[in-house]
Amino acid sequence: MGFMTDRKRAVGHGSAKSGTMAHWHMTISSVGLLILIPIFIFQFGAILGHSYEEVVAYYTRPVPAAIAAMTIALSFIHFRGGVQVLIEDYIHGSARKALIVAMTCLSYGAAGLGVFAVLRIAL
Amino acid sequence: MADVNRGNRPLSPHLTIYRPQLTSMTSIFVRLTGNALLVAMLMIVWWFVAAAAGPEAFATADGFVRSWFGDLVMFLSTWAIWYHMFGGIRHLIWDQGHMLDVERSETAGLIMIIVSVLMTIFTAIVL
Repeated sequence: MGFMTDRKRAVGHGSAKSGTMAHWHMTISSVGLLILIPIFIFQFGAILGHSYEEVVAYYTRPVPAAIAAMTIALSFIHFRGGVQVLIEDYIHGSARKALIVAMTCLSYGAAGLGVFAVLRIAL
Repeated sequence: MADVNRGNRPLSPHLTIYRPQLTSMTSIFVRLTGNALLVAMLMIVWWFVAAAAGPEAFATADGFVRSWFGDLVMFLSTWAIWYHMFGGIRHLIWDQGHMLDVERSETAGLIMIIVSVLMTIFTAIVL
């Protein structure tokens, strides 16, 4: 340890590995959601409260179905990136790894389930 | 060069030592709202899955989403999504190198709070 230089100690511990790509992916998904979310809010909000038949009929239309599927998929992809940063900031050790794995499973699981459900209604 | 004063260096002051500021609070709430929105999104996914499954499953999910509890979650999430969105826009502006000084960051924070509340009221009235 006594012979280790400061440079040697720092190599491999910097932030500039894959962090910039993670940030860039959050930026891209946020711009996508900026378009999708307002449309989804007013479409979903308008049909919420209607009967089963009206809801199914509404989501057989291509545009509301596509907006709903894309919003669910992209918001969970965006959430996965965000919650990973949250976990990495506050939780350490093996609990961190377990939580990241769990939230990744939850995110992709919910996204897959939601998109499949919308397609099932639409097709 | 090597091993000078390792492990006994002064620490930078952490969150708990600072007075809450508009910039820090608006930033914390962007994180909070973004992660809290999971609850509403899971409810929405359940609602869609139930609609795909059939009338009975839909009645259960729809009843839950439109119950007083579901209503409360949806109303708070409406504010959360608008706030998080305006917070995201502020981040996109910052990423371009604009509005990084304290004064304009605080102005943007105030705008986020006011516009998100107005949009929540607007959404609640329209829908």
